[in-house]
Amino acid sequence: MELGFLLGSIVKIIGILAYLYGLLWVLARPNRWVKIIGVIVAFGVIQLALTNIGGFQLLTNFDSGLLFQACAMTMVALGLNLIYGFNGQFSLGQWGFYGIGAYTAADITYRWVNGDARGLLVVGFGTILGGLALIYIGRWLKRFRGVPVLSSFTLYLIGAILAGIVAVYIGNALNPLFEPLLGTNLNPGVLNSPLALQIVFFLAVVFAGIFAAEVSFLFGLPVLTLGSDYFGIATLGFTIVVNVLMINSDTILPFPEMKGGRGMVGIPKLTTWFWAFFFMMAVIIIMRNLIQSSTGRAIISVREDEVAAKAMGIDVAGSKLLAFVVGSFFAGIGGAVYAHFIGFLSPGTFGFLQSFNPLIIIVFGGLGSMTGTIAASFGWIFFLEGLLRVLLSQMGTEAPTWRFVLYPITLLLLMLIRPQGLLGNIEWGFLKQKEVLPREIPAGEKPEMAASEA
Amino acid sequence: MTTISTILEITDLTKFFGGLGAVRNFDLTLKKGDLNGLIGPNGAGKTTVFNLITGIYEPTAGDIVFNNTSIVGLEPFEITRLGIARTFQNIRLFSNLTVLDNVRIAYHPHTKYGMADGILHNRKFDIHEKELTEKAQEFLAIFGLENLQNEIAKNLPYGQQRRVEIARALACEPRLLLLDEPAAGMNPREILELMDLIHFIHDRFDLTILLIEHQMRVVMGICKFITVMDFGQVIARGTPKEIQENERVIEAYLGKGAGHAA
Repeated sequence: MELGFLLGSIVKIIGILAYLYGLLWVLARPNRWVKIIGVIVAFGVIQLALTNIGGFQLLTNFDSGLLFQACAMTMVALGLNLIYGFNGQFSLGQWGFYGIGAYTAADITYRWVNGDARGLLVVGFGTILGGLALIYIGRWLKRFRGVPVLSSFTLYLIGAILAGIVAVYIGNALNPLFEPLLGTNLNPGVLNSPLALQIVFFLAVVFAGIFAAEVSFLFGLPVLTLGSDYFGIATLGFTIVVNVLMINSDTILPFPEMKGGRGMVGIPKLTTWFWAFFFMMAVIIIMRNLIQSSTGRAIISVREDEVAAKAMGIDVAGSKLLAFVVGSFFAGIGGAVYAHFIGFLSPGTFGFLQSFNPLIIIVFGGLGSMTGTIAASFGWIFFLEGLLRVLLSQMGTEAPTWRFVLYPITLLLLMLIRPQGLLGNIEWGFLKQKEVLPREIPAGEKPEMAASEA
Repeated sequence: MTTISTILEITDLTKFFGGLGAVRNFDLTLKKGDLNGLIGPNGAGKTTVFNLITGIYEPTAGDIVFNNTSIVGLEPFEITRLGIARTFQNIRLFSNLTVLDNVRIAYHPHTKYGMADGILHNRKFDIHEKELTEKAQEFLAIFGLENLQNEIAKNLPYGQQRRVEIARALACEPRLLLLDEPAAGMNPREILELMDLIHFIHDRFDLTILLIEHQMRVVMGICKFITVMDFGQVIARGTPKEIQENERVIEAYLGKGAGHAA
C-alpha cells in the first residue's frame, strides 16, 4: 500500500515526461496553427484533469499544488541553467532573486486586495523608471573609454535610487485616486473584481520579474568581474542578505504587512493552471529563442573559453551580465507564481540551504540542457512527495528527516552513474538545435583551397 | 600593393610583470599587405607582444596605433571589432561546440539583428540568421571544412583544429591577422599545407599578417620581413636572408661563440 504511493509518483513522473515530450514535439512542428492548437490541447488536458467532473477529479488539489510548485521551480532552474549551465558562472544567488520576486509580487497583490494601490504603483513606476535610468546611464557611459566598474556601478546605483524615490512620490500622489475604487476588504470596489485582479496579478508577476532583474543588474555589475568560484561565494552572500532582510522586513524595512520572520499571510491565491502554464511556456520559449540566436551563442562561448571569446570580439562582461539578468528575471517570475499559489511566504523557504535546490536540479537534469532542467524540476518535486508519503506511513513524524537521507543518496548514486546528468545535453523537439545542412556546392565550383593546392 | 600606408605602428612598447620586463622598448611597423614574422627564443616576449596588441594585457608604457587610432586601453573585444584578429599558440577553440558554431560565434559582432529579434525569432531574425550561417559556411568551404561543420570541434584532428581556428579568426573580418605559432605540433606535410594556406588567405582576403613561429622553414619561407626578439627587446630586423646571417640572432639561438664557429 505504501509502495503504491511511490509507484504512483513514478507513474506520475513518467506521465509528465511523456507530456513534456509531446509538448516539445508539437512545438517543433513547422506549421504555426499546429503549434497553437497543440499548446492549447496540452493546456486543456491538464485543466480537464484538474476539474471536478461529477465528483471525480483525476488530479487532486494536492497534485495541482505540486504541479504549480514544479512550474515555479522550472522557471527558477531554467534561469540558473542559463547562468551556470550556458554561461558558466557558478551562482547561488538564484534563490535570493526567487525570494525577491515572491515578496515583491505578493506585496503588490496583498496591498491591492486590502485597498492600497501603492504596491502596484510604486513597484510599477519604480521598475519602469529604474529600467530607463539604467539604460540611459549605460548609453551615456559607452562614450567613455575604460570606466572602472565601481565608478559605473555607483552611477547606476544613484540612478536606480533616484528612480525609486521618484516612484514612491508618484505612488503616494496617485494612490488617493485609486483608493475609492478599490474599496475595503469587506466591501470590494470596482477594481477589486475578479477580472481586475487577474490583470493586477499579471502586472505583479511581470514587475516582480523586472525588479529582480534590475537588482541582479546592480549586484552583478561589480560581482561578475570576480572569477567563477569567488562569484559563487558572493552570490551565496547575496542570498543570505536577502533572507535576513526578509526576516526583519517589519522592523528594519518599512513593510509591516510582510510580518518579518512570522511569515506573510493572506496573499490572494491567484495562480491558476492557466497562469502557471502561461508563464512557464513564456520562460521556456524566451530562453530557447535566446539560446539559439547569435546572442545565445555569444553567451555559450563565454562558458567555453573566455579568452578566445574576447579575441573573437565578444563583450564577455556584457554577456555575463546579460545571462545573469535574464536568469534572475526568470527567477523573479517563478517566485511570483509560487507566492500566489501557496498564499503564505515564510523567510524559512528562502534560506540558504534551500538555495541549493535549483542547483541540484540543473546538475541532476544536465548542465546546459533545457529539457533536462524542465524534466528534473517536475521529477524532483514529485519524487520528493512520493518519498514523503511512503515514509510518512512507515515512520510518522520522523519521515521528513529520513527523506533528506534517502534523497541525497539518490543524488549520490546518480552522480556516480551519470555524472553528466539525467539527460546529458540531449534536447527534445522544440528545444533541439536545428541541424544546419551543408551548403550545396554549385556544380563546377571546387573548394578554393583545394584548387590552390592543385 | 598600390597604397603604401601604415596599418599598425607600435612605439616604445613596454610591459613589466612586477619587476620583470617582459617587453621593453619594442617598436614595430606594419604596412598594409605585409606578411611579416616575429621570432625569438622561448620566453623572448613574442606572445606578450600579441597579448598587448589584442588588449589582453595593458602596456606599462608605449603606444599602439592601428589605422591611425590608438588602441591602448581598449577592451579586447573592441580591438577585435576594429579589425585585429588572432589565433592562439595552444589552440583555443570553443571545444564543445560544432565547427559551424565556432565560426558563427566569431561572426557575432557583425550580426545584423538584435537581442529582441533573437528572442522573438521574427522575420528579420530568420533572414539574417540564414545570411550569417551561409557566410560562416563560405568561410568553412574556403578551408575545405564544409563537411565537418556539424562535428564537435574537440573531436577533430590537430591540423584541422588549426584550420578551424584560422577560419574562425577570418570570420571576425579582420584587416590585421596575428598568428601565434600556427605550425606548432604539425608534421612536415601539414606544414607545407599551412604555408600554402597562409599565402592563400593573405592574397584572398587582402590581409596584413604578423606571425610568430619557431619553425624556421615556415618563417623563412613565407615572411618578407622578420623582427627578432630576445629578452623582451628587438635584436635584429631584416629580410630572411639578412636575419640568417645576423650574428646576434645566431648568438641568441645557439649561444655565445656559436656565431664565430659558423
